[in-house]
Amino acid sequence: MRKIKHGKLSSNCADSCCLKLDGLSVRLEGDSILEDVSFHLHCGEIVALIGPNGAGKSTLFRSILGQMSYKGTITFSPAGGPAIRLADGTVTGGTRPLVGYVPQAPSFDRGDPVSVLDFFTAATAKWPVWLPVPSKYRTRAAACLARVHGEDLLDRPMGVLSGGQLQRVLLALALEPVPHILILDEPLSGVDIEGEHQLLEMLDELRTQYDLSIFLSTHDFATLGQFADQVILLNRRVLKAGPPDDVLSSPEFYETFHLRMGKGGAG
Amino acid sequence: MNVWYGLLGLLPFEWAQPGQMYFMKHALLAVLVVTPLFGLLSTMVVHSRMSFFSDALGHSAFTGMAIGAICGFREPTWAAVIFALLFALLFNVVRRRAALASDTVIGVFSSTAVALGIFLSTLGGRSFTKFNSLLIGDILSVEPAKIALLALILLLVVLLWTASFNQLMLSAVHPALADSRGVRVFWQETVFSMAIAVVVTLSMTWVGLLVINSLLVLPAASARNVARNMAQYHLISVLGAVLSGIAGLMTSYYAGASAGAAITLYLAVWFALTFTFRKK
Repeated sequence: MRKIKHGKLSSNCADSCCLKLDGLSVRLEGDSILEDVSFHLHCGEIVALIGPNGAGKSTLFRSILGQMSYKGTITFSPAGGPAIRLADGTVTGGTRPLVGYVPQAPSFDRGDPVSVLDFFTAATAKWPVWLPVPSKYRTRAAACLARVHGEDLLDRPMGVLSGGQLQRVLLALALEPVPHILILDEPLSGVDIEGEHQLLEMLDELRTQYDLSIFLSTHDFATLGQFADQVILLNRRVLKAGPPDDVLSSPEFYETFHLRMGKGGAG
Repeated sequence: MNVWYGLLGLLPFEWAQPGQMYFMKHALLAVLVVTPLFGLLSTMVVHSRMSFFSDALGHSAFTGMAIGAICGFREPTWAAVIFALLFALLFNVVRRRAALASDTVIGVFSSTAVALGIFLSTLGGRSFTKFNSLLIGDILSVEPAKIALLALILLLVVLLWTASFNQLMLSAVHPALADSRGVRVFWQETVFSMAIAVVVTLSMTWVGLLVINSLLVLPAASARNVARNMAQYHLISVLGAVLSGIAGLMTSYYAGASAGAAITLYLAVWFALTFTFRKK
């Protein structure tokens, strides 16, 4: 796999688009889920979020998606444009950023009578999918699936797709319309090795093609170095952030995952 | 109605001849309106795993009737509709706030409503037997005005389906994904369960409480056996419901048994048939 590293880790991101989280805290029923989380997410960058279960990864995503109330600020600065606060959607000039979201794979039963075309049309068009879907929407869905090399999946029921195929369909959906920020919640879980390579290649392709920020959570540390520009180690607060090699060799990483120092390549 | 009587006059059945057996003609028309309604709703009841909820609604609908009777409504059905709507709304609010599984919340609501219904209807030593007719239902007692009402409900459900089926389906598949695409999940689910509430309450007098849930489960359950997409799913579900409705009514006429039960039995046959030819 290609290694593309962007040198945009400097704190100054005045001239490129950037999502800034500043002092983000979330409390749920008295429990602190996230505490003082701050970091920047630049366009064209793939950032991996790692941390144990219950570290607050999904909560962090949901905060960016605007589905949680939080303290602190999340702002988005488009390239060269004024900043936008996400919390209340107050737009100080410019437009609100589009956030594409690939959720943890939903569970479809094998017998679910939902074809990929149904699912796609339901999420992107007004046409009610209980009526036969006209060719206009079919063509559009096929074009979107082509972005993830999934045109042939169009008439397959969602329930029979493999983990990798399902992720590709969800990815195609998140890319319609093309977002500024793409969030993927555990995209590699339930995906075999071949599917994983395909998916990572595709993300790499997408970020160069559309100049997206890609923000994903994963438990697969072995491949981090190959695709991520930045890794954020989260356990309620940001314990360590930086290039993959730095984070994976840090004492914080070993401590969080109860590994002994000196044994590299945890999985 | 005269157009309908005229059309039926063309059929070779003795009850279809002009000038007689109006109850049977009304019943057939009612079946033709009610079964597509249930066929449509059934698809989402099964898809979003609400069959236990619709069952609870049915069982608690007579509570509304009892309240209506006590309050002295001339038409207790309207009290029952209001009660069912409140039941559906409250259920959705509690389900959203409580950290409990859906079926547990349904159990809480269902048992409370049934208990309240029995308590109120037997209050002061009254007999429960006057509600017995609700349990079995009698499609032959349907009047033209009620058929018109059911037709209006059918029209409203078709409109609801056209306007918001997509959002409803996404909410059922993945609430967080639906939310990220601007769907107001809570309201979608609430409006849908209210639609079920109205339909179940209005049709229970004719279909019968004990079998009404089969009409909300069997059509779509059968369709799932063979359908590969949403359009097929709906077609097979509605088709199964309508065919079973007509066949059930005819059988009940000639065999002299409850129509609701006969329709359900035909739906069970439809299920067995689709199961035999299920997709592999």
